[in-house]
Parts: sequence; C-alpha cells; structure tokens
Amino acid sequence: MLYRESGQFNTSYRADQRWFRLWQQRWVFATWMILAFVVVPLIGNDYWLNAILIPFLVLSLAGLGLNLLTGYAGQISLGSAAFMAIGAFATYNFQLRIEGMPLLISLFLGGLTAAGAGVVFGLPSLRIKGFYLLVSTLAAQFFVTWILTQCGWFSNYNASGVITAPPLVVLGQNISSPAGRYLLTLSVAFVLFWLARNIVHGELGRRWMAVRDMDTAAAVIGIPILQTKLLAFAISSFVLGIAGALWAFAYLGTVEPHGFDLSRSFQILFIIIIGGMGSILGSFLGAAFIVLLPILLSNLSATFLAGWVDPGQLENLQKIIFGALIIFFLIKEPQGLARLLEIVRQRARVWPLRF
Amino acid sequence: MFSFKKRAALIGVLALGMVATVQAANEQYFPLQSYRVGPYAAGGTGFFGGFIDYLQYVNLKEGGVNGVKFTWSECETEYVVEKGVECYERLKKGLNGAPAAATNPLSVGIAYATLERSAADKLPLITINHGRTDSTDGSVFPYVFPLQLNPYSEVSAIINYIGQQAGGLDKIKGKKIVTLYHGSPYGKETNPILELLAKKYGFELTLLEVPHPGNEQQSQWLNIRRIKPDWVILRGWGVMNPVALKTAQKTGFPADHIIGNIWSNSEEDAAPAGAAAKGFISITTHPSGTNFPVLQDIGNTVIKAGKGNLKDSKRFGTVYYNLGVVNGILNVEAVRVAQAKFGKRPLTGEEVRWGFENIRLDDVRLKQLGAYGLVQPLKLSCSDHEGGGAVRFQQWDGKKWQVVSDWVQADRKLLRPIIEESSHQYAKEKGITPRDCAKES
Repeated sequence: MLYRESGQFNTSYRADQRWFRLWQQRWVFATWMILAFVVVPLIGNDYWLNAILIPFLVLSLAGLGLNLLTGYAGQISLGSAAFMAIGAFATYNFQLRIEGMPLLISLFLGGLTAAGAGVVFGLPSLRIKGFYLLVSTLAAQFFVTWILTQCGWFSNYNASGVITAPPLVVLGQNISSPAGRYLLTLSVAFVLFWLARNIVHGELGRRWMAVRDMDTAAAVIGIPILQTKLLAFAISSFVLGIAGALWAFAYLGTVEPHGFDLSRSFQILFIIIIGGMGSILGSFLGAAFIVLLPILLSNLSATFLAGWVDPGQLENLQKIIFGALIIFFLIKEPQGLARLLEIVRQRARVWPLRF
Repeated sequence: MFSFKKRAALIGVLALGMVATVQAANEQYFPLQSYRVGPYAAGGTGFFGGFIDYLQYVNLKEGGVNGVKFTWSECETEYVVEKGVECYERLKKGLNGAPAAATNPLSVGIAYATLERSAADKLPLITINHGRTDSTDGSVFPYVFPLQLNPYSEVSAIINYIGQQAGGLDKIKGKKIVTLYHGSPYGKETNPILELLAKKYGFELTLLEVPHPGNEQQSQWLNIRRIKPDWVILRGWGVMNPVALKTAQKTGFPADHIIGNIWSNSEEDAAPAGAAAKGFISITTHPSGTNFPVLQDIGNTVIKAGKGNLKDSKRFGTVYYNLGVVNGILNVEAVRVAQAKFGKRPLTGEEVRWGFENIRLDDVRLKQLGAYGLVQPLKLSCSDHEGGGAVRFQQWDGKKWQVVSDWVQADRKLLRPIIEESSHQYAKEKGITPRDCAKES
C-alpha cells in the first residue's frame, strides 16, 4: 500500500520506456537529486565532502564500470585498478602537455585512452573464459603499474614518481574547494550513470546479457561476439578510466601508481559482488557498503571505545565486524544488496498484507 | 535490514557522540594517523609508541608546556593513502576544543595526499626523515617540514662518509659504488643525485634495481660480485633488506661494506638476516638505545608507571621507538617556541608553524632536553624546513646497533639549487607565489 502501482497506466510507448514508471519512484529520485546537488553542497562540511562523499561517488563509478563488464557482459576482470591508473595518468598528461586543455576534455580523453587499453587487454576474452580470463586481466594489472613506475615520462620525470593534480578549473571557474570537487565528481558520475543506464536498456545491453548468459547461443542468433565483448571492455574501461582520473584529481589531489594496485581491483570487485551484479543501483549500494561502513565503524569505535581497548585490537575488531557483516548479507541475499532492496520494495507494495 | 527505529536510534547515537563534548580545555591536540595493523605495523607501533610516550612524559613530568597539556587521539591508516586522508579530515578540527598542532603521518603516500590540504587548512605537516625533498624550500611549502633529513641529504651524507673512510673525498675517484635500490618511486628518487655526485667526485656508479618486494636477489648480487665494488649502498624497504644481507653473504660480499639507508636501518631490517647481518652499516638520524637522559626519564616516569604505549616493552629504545621520541621532542619544542611568542595557551596550526620555523636546537638546548647525541643540532628557518641534514653511522654487532661515527653532514649547499629548481617548478605549476623569506621574522 505504501507503494501503490494501481491506477498508473502508460498510454504511450514513450511513457512506457522511461526510467521510472511510477510517480513514487520519480519523487524518490527527484528528492535524492535535490539532496545530492543542492542540499549536500550547502550543508556538507570538509570532512563529509572530502573524506566520505567524494571517494564514495568515485568508487560507485568504478563499480559501475566493472558492473558493465562483469555484471552485464559476463567477463570477469581483475584489472579494474589498472584501467583507473591509465585514466588518471592519461588525464594528467593531456593536461600537462597540451597548453590550455580544458579539464573536462582531458577527462574524456583520459577515459578514451583507458578504453583503448581495455580493448587491447580484452582481446584474450575471445578465446578464454571465466577464471582463465581473470588471470589474463591480472596481467593488465601488473603490467600497467610496472610500466608507469618504469617510464618516467608518464609522471613527467618526477623524482618520486608521484604526480600532483593541477588546479581544477572548469569553464573558467576554480573548483578546488571541497564543494566544487564534490559537484564535479557528482556531475560526471550523473552523466555516466545516465549513459550506462541507457546502454544497458538498449540494444547493446541486451547483446551483452545474451553473451553473458551463453555466448554460443548468442552467436547463433547473430550477435557479433567479437564486437560485443570488445565494446564491453572499451565502455567499462572508459568509465573506470574516468573514475581513476577523478580519484586522482578530485579526491586525493595526487596519484602514484602504487595507489592503483591489486587490492584496489579487489575492492571494486567486492563492490559489485556485494552491491549486486548486473544492477546499476548495486554499484552505489556496494560502494556504500565497502566505503562507508568501515568509516562508520571506525568513527563509532573512536567515539565509544577509544581509551578502553588497545588501538591495534580495536582495528582488528572492526575488521571482524565488517567481515561478519559481509558474510551475513551474502547469506541473506547472495545476489547482493540491490536484490535485497528490491525485496523490500515488493514488501512495501503489499504492506500491510504479507503476500 | 535494520528496522527504521533501530536505524534512527543508531543515527541518534552517532550524532550525540559527535556533538556531545564541546568545551574548550587548556590543551593542545595532536591528531595521530597511526598504523598498528597491516604490513608496516612494526614501524607504526614503534614510532607512534615513542611519540605518544614522549607526549605522556611531558604531561606527567612538567604538566605539559607552560601548563598546556597535550592530548591526542589515534586513527588507524594501515599505511593506506585514502584511509590516511579520511583520518586527516576527521581529526584536523581538533579534539574537544583543543586545537590541532601538526600532523605526523610517517607515510610518504599520505604526506603527498595531504600536502595541499595542510596548506589550505594551515596545519603543519611533519615528515621527519622522509617526504617530498623539495618541500625543504619553505618559501614554496610553508606548511611542510621534512625535519632533520630529506632523501637527497641522505645520499649525500652516505657519499661523504665513504669519503671519510677513504681519507678524503678526493680519494674516492675511481672507486666503485653500487646502489641496490627498491623498484619503486621511493627507491628511484635519489638516483639522479647519486649520478650527480658520481660525476662530481669521479667514482664509478652502478645502479641495480630490485623489483618489489625484493625477496629474490640472486642475479643482482651475482652482478655485484662481478663488479667487485668498494661499497654497496642499500636503499631497501621491508623484506628486501634482510634478503639483501643474506644473499650478500652467499655471494661472498662483506656485510661491513654495505651501507643501509634510512629505511634499512632498524632492528627489524637487520635481525632477520641473523649472522649474515653482522657488521652491516647503516645511517641513522638518531642512535638506538636507552642511555640518553630523556629515554631514562621516559622509562622511569612513563614505562615503569605502566603508562607506556608499547605492548612489548622490549622494544623500548629501538630505532623506530627512538624516532618517535625524537619526533615528539621536535613537535613539543615547536609548541614551546611558538608559545614564547604567541602566549601560553593552546595554539593554532599557523602559530605552531612559526614555532617549527624558529626551532633552534644547539648543544646546550639538547643537553637541557636530555637528548644530546640523540638529536642532531637543528636550526630551521622560513626557507629551510629541513634544518640539519646530518646522520650518524651505526653498525650491527649481531644483536644491536653500535654507533660508529659522529654526525656526518650532507653537502647541503650542493643540493639546494636542485631543490629550489624543483620547488619553483611546483610553484609555477600550482600558481603559488613563494613567500619572501627576508620579510619573515
């Protein structure tokens, strides 16, 4: 009853195809957008913007990138962080080497560079599948960080190999303030999520899912496997590359190849596993779980337990709780938090009845 | 999922915890981005243990500085950059009204990521013995302090020591020196300086890379055996150090001709190599051991009272612990100096920065602090945020480090133009106008 669909009819194809078919959904979405774009920048303090929301958004975006590839097209990858690194370093070099390059254009070009690399490392996917593919994407992970450390050119021969972001200027406005960087991240994420949502609901998305479910069958009904898989790698890497660039520029302000190591790839993989494979919303939920929950735990323990428990033990305790929560949620709903939310929504539909 | 009520209760509790205690106290706060778990926990527990014990010592012994007590809280970073940033943002505002004095992350990655934030928030960032070399130029980096020793000074001092051993820097012409470095930005950072020094003094330099993590070095050491160098400089990190020493023994290179750098100089680097480490030389900015009056005092007032931070009290007086104590001495001294100018009250980060820039540690002052021989004479200024640039050399006798040299000074005049070139390039990239240090008092 809370969530009533009855009486809402679609009378045109346009209406039937839109994102949110129920007014309740539209209202919730609009509220979230107003919150995110207007309220948060107004009331958010440095800590919330700098340390919580920006990394959360960037990792949601990275989760989206991997979700397109793994959740929708069925290609498992452990090279996500490598594509993020390529995006970050490419954006930096476009900014550095081309005089007067607008930030947004170099972000886009950084994404394209990552997409190109994604296609190259996606080639083996035509021959190998599943866990074997996982191993070959691992090669991307190691190769990219190695080459970025080896070739000084990528970091402009900086002695320590750590690059610092140039001042962030968009359309003549300096947006280096926390709110500015937050809005940049949010806007870029919004556009990419909008694109991704349209892609997966369009023809390409259906082809990806066909390939994911059974690629022989997909080939039989006339889907070009080569093109479909490589497009999945390209688009996924594009999103990851932009996420990497935002991580470096909007979040940390510096970047070193080491920041994009294997554990980052695992982190992104966990985001989509916990959030929900093949779900756009799942990328957000997963990132919230992986990024925000440890911070919450850490804040809680700092507020209530500091001084009582040895700090090292306290940290381990948080890890235990976090791990237990992961196990709990995966047992409760193996398909991820997005599915859990869907169940809650179904319940809300029939509430107060049970079925 | 949580029910709504439970969730609301949780949020309420959280909000309460954050706003509950707002009352200004006569305290100065140190935000500690510590790391006690993860691969670098050995360094983190030692360093932060020493730092906390020193602050505790000042509180117990003297009731703080001029009546302003120190307070601190920890936030675990695990040496991970984004966690360090989160901790920085969480703690920078101070604690219960006590303003933050300075941050001391002891991690290059975190230091880089909070470098610009520190300048924006006007909170000194202390990177003792490490950090960004060009931040020595305080006119461009007003809030960053690579105290005592930056990476360039480090190699310069090592070469000067080799010169001393040969009986003068003119005698090292034609000698062979191999540098075995960790295959990371940290490891490679000083290579250009070594090449510069090789050209200047005419020694033959060979640079050999060991890929991370460095648990296999057979080919590098066979190479070294072929070259037959006079000295090997070990620029290692973590497991690479003991492996280097063991492999050196296997290939027959004498350990007393290997010189470890600042991250190859702890007990944790030498002891795992067992007998192979005997004779190994390394640099240090502070000797280990507990013979200094200040450490004796800490032992009596803090550790024996059961208020020490170390879980394993055997680590009292080790290299990392003493580094923490030295770091504590310098931070507290900065607060003391700043209080003399700004008044005996809790200070803002900006005021503490002035304190750091006006640290004057001469032998007399060091003796007063009970740290003579533990800390090098240090004189900082607006343009010089490093101050000392000297190291002592210590040798591993199989059980502990023995100091074998007096302070060996780096050739800082030679390095300064290189540092300025780099810092000015940074200023140009970032659009920073360097401070005019002539006008600073």
